[in-house]
Amino acid sequence: MTQQTIDIAAESLSDDERALVDDFLRDNTLFLAPDREIMRNHAHGPRSRDEERVLSGEPDPHALNLVRGRLYAALDETYDMVEQMGTAPGAKWGDLVTGIYTARGDLSAISPKGVVVFSGICHYPIKFIAKYWAKDPTVGLSEGDGFIHNDSRYGNIHNTDQSMIMPVFHEGELICWVSSTIHEGENGACEPGGMPAAAESKWDEGLKMSPFRIVEDFQIRRDLLTYLQNSVRDPKLQYEDIKVKLHACVRLIERIRAVIAKYGKDAFVGCLRKNIEDVDAEVRRRIREMPDGTVRVQAFIDGTLRENCLMKWNFSVTVKGEKMILDCRGSCPEFTNRSINTTLASLKTCLATSYLIYIWPDLPHNMAVFSPIEVLTDENSLLDASFDAPNAMSLTPLFKSFSMPIYAMAKFLYSAPKRYTSVYASHFNQPFTFVYGGITQHSEVTGNFCADINGNGGGARFDRDGEHAVSPIFGYMCDTGEQEFNEEELPVLRLVSQHLSKDRMGFGKYRGGLGYEQMITARDSDVWGFMTGGTGSFHPSAYGLFGGYGSPAYPLAKVKDVNVFDVLKSNPRQFRFDMVELMNEQALEGATYGTYHMGMTFEPAAQGEVYMICQGSGGGYGDVLERDPELVMKDVEEELLSPDLARELYFVVFDEATLIVDAAATAAARDAERKARLARGRPYAEFVADWCTAEPPEDLPYYGSWDDPKVIWAGQGETRRQLDADTLAGIMMPNPKDLRIAELEAEIAELKRRQAGA
Amino acid sequence: MKVFMTEYLAIDLARELWQCRRCDHEIGPARGNYKEGLLVYDRDPREIHRPLLDPAKYRLTFSPHPRWCRILEFYCPGCGTLVETEYTVPGHPPLHDMDFDIDALKAQWKDRPPMHEPAPAPADEPPLKRHCHGHSH
Ligand SMILES: [Zn+2]
Repeated sequence: MTQQTIDIAAESLSDDERALVDDFLRDNTLFLAPDREIMRNHAHGPRSRDEERVLSGEPDPHALNLVRGRLYAALDETYDMVEQMGTAPGAKWGDLVTGIYTARGDLSAISPKGVVVFSGICHYPIKFIAKYWAKDPTVGLSEGDGFIHNDSRYGNIHNTDQSMIMPVFHEGELICWVSSTIHEGENGACEPGGMPAAAESKWDEGLKMSPFRIVEDFQIRRDLLTYLQNSVRDPKLQYEDIKVKLHACVRLIERIRAVIAKYGKDAFVGCLRKNIEDVDAEVRRRIREMPDGTVRVQAFIDGTLRENCLMKWNFSVTVKGEKMILDCRGSCPEFTNRSINTTLASLKTCLATSYLIYIWPDLPHNMAVFSPIEVLTDENSLLDASFDAPNAMSLTPLFKSFSMPIYAMAKFLYSAPKRYTSVYASHFNQPFTFVYGGITQHSEVTGNFCADINGNGGGARFDRDGEHAVSPIFGYMCDTGEQEFNEEELPVLRLVSQHLSKDRMGFGKYRGGLGYEQMITARDSDVWGFMTGGTGSFHPSAYGLFGGYGSPAYPLAKVKDVNVFDVLKSNPRQFRFDMVELMNEQALEGATYGTYHMGMTFEPAAQGEVYMICQGSGGGYGDVLERDPELVMKDVEEELLSPDLARELYFVVFDEATLIVDAAATAAARDAERKARLARGRPYAEFVADWCTAEPPEDLPYYGSWDDPKVIWAGQGETRRQLDADTLAGIMMPNPKDLRIAELEAEIAELKRRQAGA
Repeated sequence: MKVFMTEYLAIDLARELWQCRRCDHEIGPARGNYKEGLLVYDRDPREIHRPLLDPAKYRLTFSPHPRWCRILEFYCPGCGTLVETEYTVPGHPPLHDMDFDIDALKAQWKDRPPMHEPAPAPADEPPLKRHCHGHSH
C-alpha cells in the first residue's frame, strides 16, 4: 500500500479508528527509513508550550542578551576545543562546527567561526531521534546519551561528515540539544578518504549511519565503537574524533548548566527561541525591501567525476512581498550509478548557507534565515535525489549551490538603498584538492583529503578585487593547513605548495582572487595513491558578474613514468617549479605527460610521479575596459598577469620595462575596442534567430532542460531521450572503462579486417 | 526617478525604460527583457581564457572547450560597454535574467528618496578603540 492510499483510506476514519491505524503502523514498521515529513520541511516549527509561556510573559531583553553572549562564548570555546584536539585534517583547519538547538530540534545558534552547513543540517537527525528513538522502549532518550550520525538521507551534507548529538535535560525535562560535527574524511567507502567518486551505489559509499546512540551516561560504548573502527581504514581517527566531539558536547552542556544556574531556565529557553524568531522577522523585512520580480540564472556542471557531460543547474528566484521562492526545476536528472546526487535537505542547507555567508552575513547563523524561503525541485533530479541514489560526492552540485544565490541576489540587491554586505561576484566553487590514501611512512593505513579544499579564490566585489585563495565557498574561517605538518604525517611531498596561478583568473573591472598551483608527489611509501573530485575542465565553474568574466577551465596534469627525486638529484636544472613550464617544456627524459579532467578516481601513484592541480579563481566584476590601468600594472608587477594579457584583454598601453602607463594611448585603445564591439555585436533579435536551437547540440552529452523546464533532455546522438520533469526517473550511465574497451575492440576489429584485406 | 539595477543598467521609473548608466542610451521598455535592446556577440571562450598549456600537446589547456562553452557578450549599442557576460552552451536561448514587477517597483520607490549613486558597501568594522587610562603626565 502506498502512502497515498493510506492517506485516502484514513480520511474516512473516525479519530479513534485513525489512532488505532497509526498505532498499528508505528508498531509494525519494517524499517525506519528517513521520514519524508521531517526531511522535506526545512522551516522551524511553532513555539512549544514552554517557549510560548516564557515569551508571552515579558522576558528581560537585557538578561536574554547576556545569555546569548554566554552561549556564543561557549560555542566559540567548544569550536576551539575541537580544532585543537581533532585528528581529522578537516578538524585541524576549521571544517567543523558546534551548535545548540531548541528542545524541538530547531537550530538556534552555532559557533561563530564554524561551518554553517554542518549545523544547519543537524536539525533533521535531531528531529528523527525525537520522533522515533525518544519514545521507543528499546532506545529511549536520557541524560548522557550521545547519538552519532552521518547518512545524508537522514540529514547531512555527505557521509564523510560525522556528528555527535546530545540531548540536554534540566530537572528531568528536555530543554535543548547540542551537536558537534567534523568533516572526518575516511569512512570505509570503496575509495579511501571518504569522498568516493567511483561509488556506483549507496553500498559503495562506506558507513551510512542513521542516527544511533553510541554514548550512554557520557561514556562511549566500546562494542559499537569497535564496529565503526572495524568498518573504516583509519580506526585511530574514528576513535579519537568521537571522543573529541563528545567532549565538546559535554563542555557545551556544562556551560549551558552554568547559564541556567545564573539566569534561570526561562531566560535560556527564551533566548534560544528568540534567536530564531528575530532572524525570521528580520529576513522577512529584508525580502520586503527587495524589488518584486524574478531573476533567472543557470550553471552547467561538466562532469560526473567519471565521464564528461553537461548537467544543467536551473535556478530562478522570485520575490513577492515577504515571500521568496527558489525554483530549481528543469535541472539535471539523478544518476542512479554516480555518487554526485544530492538530497533535497542537503541542497536547502547549502542554499541557506549561501544566504548566511554572501547575502546577509550580519545575521545570527541559524536556519530561520531560510524559513521564509520556499524551494521548488523536481523529485528524482540531481538536486533532489531518491533514497536509492548514491550521494557521497554531492559536493559536485552542492558547491555550485552556494554560487546560485550569489549570482541571482546581486540582481535583486544592487538597487538597495541599504546594503548588508558588498555586491559580490561568485567565489570559486569547486572542491579542488587532493584526496589520498594508502600506507604512510609510519606504517599506518589512512585515507583523507588535503585542506587545500579551503583555498578557493574569492570573487571580485563592486568596489575592489577578489582575495586570493581566501576560504572555501562553504565557510570563511577555514585554513589550508601547514604543509610541513602534513609532510611529517603523510608520505606526500609538495614540490610546489601554494604558488598563485598566473593568468588564471576571472577578468573584469575588478578581478577575481586567484587560486594557487600545487605539485604533489608520493615519497617513502610504495602503497599510495591520489584522487581529485572536481569539475570545470571543459566549462568554467565560477561565472562573473555584470560584464565580468568567470574562472578559466582547470585541468589535472600529470607527469608519470618518472621519479622526480632522481631527476632532482642527477639533473636538477631540468625540473621546473611551475606547472605551465614543466608541462610545456617536457624536458624530463622518458616521462609521460598528460592533462585530464578534474574528476580522477583513486589512482596508485609511484614515488616521484608528479600530480598538479590549480585551486580556482573567483569571478570578475564589470567591464575589463573599465579596469584602472594602474591596477592592471600592479597585477603585472606582482606576476599575476602576463604583459600580453594586459595589452590584449585590458587594452592598456604601457612600457614593459618600467610599467609606466601611456594614459592617452590607453584611452584611445579602449575607445577603439568599444567601437570594435559595436561593429561585431549584432542586434538581439537578429542574433537569436541564428543562434537558438531547438535542442542541445546533437553530439553533446547533455542532461537537463533546454528552453522549457518541463522537458528534460538526457544523453546525446541517437540515444538522447526527452523526459517529463514531473515524472523523472534516474539515468544509468555506462562504465567509462566498458566504453573504452568497446572502442578499442572496434579498433582491433577494424585493423584485423584491414590486415585480412591486405 | 532612476533606480540603479546593475553596474551598467538603470530603470527610469517614470518613463518605464531600461537605460545605460554610462551613456543614458534608452535600451528598451522596463517591462521587457533589456537584452533585446543590446548587441550580442558569440565569444569563443579561448580568446578570453587563453590556452596556457600548449594546445599542440594537450587537449585540456585551461581554456574552456568551445563546443561546451560560449560566452555571450552583451554590449550597449550607445557606448559599447560590456553590460553582461553569459556563460552558456552553444545554441542555448539567452536567459531573460531580470524580470521585475514595475508597478511594485514604483510603489516601493514612491516614498524612498532618489539616489544619486548606488549605496556603498557597509563600512568595515572600525578597529576597536583601545581603552586609554588618560595618564597624560
Ligand atoms: Zn551605454
